[in-house]
Amino acid sequence: MAKISMIVNGNPVNANVDPRTLLVQFLRENLRLTGTHVGCDTSQCGACVVHLDGKAVKSCTTLAVMADGHEVKTIEGLAADGAPLHPMQEAFREHHGLQCGFCTPGMIMTAVDLVHRKGHDLSDEVIREELEGNLCRCTGYQNIVASIAAGAKAMAKSDLA
Amino acid sequence: MYEFKYHRPGTVRQAANLLVKNEDAKLIAGGHTLVPVMKQRLASPPHLVDLSHIEGLDTIEMKGRSLVIGATAKHAEVANSAVVGEAIPALAELAGLIGDPAVRHRGTIGGSLANNDPTADYPAAVLALGATIVTNKRRLKAEEYFQGLFSTALEADEIITKVMFPLPKKAAYIKFRNQASRYALVGVFVAKRPSDVRVAVTGAGSDGVFRVAAFEEALKKRFSHKVLDGIAVSAEGLNSDLHGSAEYRAHLIGVLTRRAVEAANAKD
Repeated sequence: MAKISMIVNGNPVNANVDPRTLLVQFLRENLRLTGTHVGCDTSQCGACVVHLDGKAVKSCTTLAVMADGHEVKTIEGLAADGAPLHPMQEAFREHHGLQCGFCTPGMIMTAVDLVHRKGHDLSDEVIREELEGNLCRCTGYQNIVASIAAGAKAMAKSDLA
Repeated sequence: MYEFKYHRPGTVRQAANLLVKNEDAKLIAGGHTLVPVMKQRLASPPHLVDLSHIEGLDTIEMKGRSLVIGATAKHAEVANSAVVGEAIPALAELAGLIGDPAVRHRGTIGGSLANNDPTADYPAAVLALGATIVTNKRRLKAEEYFQGLFSTALEADEIITKVMFPLPKKAAYIKFRNQASRYALVGVFVAKRPSDVRVAVTGAGSDGVFRVAAFEEALKKRFSHKVLDGIAVSAEGLNSDLHGSAEYRAHLIGVLTRRAVEAANAKD
């Protein structure tokens, strides 16, 4: 077993884990943060995307021990319970950026990372290019792209990062 | 995934000692090659030695006339580095084409080269630019480093610490991606160096990355895509699979080399 400690959604977390535990397993099974999904389990689909030290990563391909001493943010960490949604979440709701919703946490975490890297004024072309690591099997992406463009703009006016 | 013992050395020397002490130990940095194969149980190392906490192993800098990239520099760091963009823009572009944004936040140049996947991107750049792989023990020229499918000159207790790239006069990388995996179905890196021209191909060869001598000779005389007309690439020794036949890949090598030469010339 390996002792790990990290900050998850702003809260310090300590645990003793088998080194082969994936970060996504640790988040879902140990911390019960089940918003992060396992889709393909082969780093293709992006349903498991979380932020590690502020950068989008695939938590199904990251060992929990490798996140030791680092900071993790999941979809649950974007906005507090009961508080208004994060602008990117609100944009997905407003623009019908989801149908079944399975890919949505990963889409939103990827989108927020994209805004952090490339700013608030994003062309459709840039958004589509940046979504190459996130698969959606319902929407055909049209509304996801519209949601991200709107969410990026809304983030400029929001206190939530 | 099978059980393993996890080690986190603070220095390259400690990491090397762990490799000596623990037979069949594997190095891990970003984990984006190793973790997937461990999950599939294609690899089951009893020990993992994590390089990601060794300080200074990810430095990117100019040293004299060479661009030096630390082994644990991540693809996104290489892609966005002003130093790389200034020195060898084609290399920054190549790094920006690996996987997807999340993969580029974790995967490292050292990991890619140590694994030597026959469809990985970095091997083409390293071979075409004539880079030197620096390890904890010695310096290896690109030509001696790559030794076929998933095979390199690295010894069991040898660790890549950095890669030194001499600056080319012109260079470009063109990749034809597999749409699902985003690996190169064929990728061609063309480098016009002070003394010669090198054309390195990844994704196509059944024995890994290789150079195309006929193209190199023609391009050395005149660095224009027009000199490639009429020179055919043989399909012999090329991969044939559900993504494309050997003949298709041979054809792509010609097409992509022409595009790469054009792109390199357009950068002036």
